[in-house]
Amino acid sequence: MKYIGRVPRVRVLIRPKEGILDPQGKAVARALPALGFPAVDNVHVGRLVELDVEDVSQVEAMCERLLANTLIEDYEVALVSPDGEHQSQTAGPDAPRR
Amino acid sequence: MKFGVLQFPGSCDERDAQLACARVPGAEAVLLWHGDRDLQDVDAIVVPGGFSYGDYLRVGAIARFSPVMESVIAFANDGGLVLGICNGFQVLCEAHLLPGALLPNTELRFTCRQVDLEVIQHDTPFTNLCATGDILSIPAKHQTGRYVAPDLPLSQVVLRYVSGNNFNGSQDDIAGVRNAAGNVFGLMPHPEHAVDPLTGSVDGLRIFESMAARVPV
Repeated sequence: MKYIGRVPRVRVLIRPKEGILDPQGKAVARALPALGFPAVDNVHVGRLVELDVEDVSQVEAMCERLLANTLIEDYEVALVSPDGEHQSQTAGPDAPRR
Repeated sequence: MKFGVLQFPGSCDERDAQLACARVPGAEAVLLWHGDRDLQDVDAIVVPGGFSYGDYLRVGAIARFSPVMESVIAFANDGGLVLGICNGFQVLCEAHLLPGALLPNTELRFTCRQVDLEVIQHDTPFTNLCATGDILSIPAKHQTGRYVAPDLPLSQVVLRYVSGNNFNGSQDDIAGVRNAAGNVFGLMPHPEHAVDPLTGSVDGLRIFESMAARVPV
């Protein structure tokens, strides 16, 4: 779908798939209690890819081909509003226009 | 016998790979630039170590889409021999020429050390001058070498780290894998750095000599 006016901004969050050992997440989970934040669990370290793209429907294909390696990573696509807040967890045709 | 060694921006072991190939009697080796599609009629391809395209995004992820890789994928699908070393192994996994993926070492440290590898299969184009059970002493140097391949058939495991040598945390101590057809092979350790007694081992040379033994003169 094409947008008229401002090009939509999309955030792709990529994290290790469940069941894949995440030593970075474990290292952070060990470090936080040492700094006085005891009740921390389930820490995962991933990547954020932010992009402005006219046709948001292409983002999933971008993820599958390049942005994520789906053998080892899960990804999540979120549309971002001009003030930087996530508007939606999906980038499909129902995503809000602006 | 003519080897072609790929050269990406960020490759750093292509010259050593080229020298290793040239030590095989009767063999020559040329460098193949990442932007060229012409494989110059080589008999086998080596995808060398380094940090192709800076390893941006994910190791091997960008290099896999380079023009030369289009030709390498066609070459491999046609039965051509392709060896991936370290970053080359990562590139071949990203290109789906080999199963699995490479993740950061369990200890999250860059490690450079000699490792002992056990030959699990000798009847491959890359290990036919070895015997099953032989131990190869080869250096490894990487931070992203933890091999993961859900549902990998055991028949595709060619080399394993000997107990105490799996410093990166690879699944089932797997050090080297081949594709189902057997013409593509990858490993994290560097056989091209083990071709001269001066550096402690010549075991790596057997990989290159095995490849040459498979190519008709």
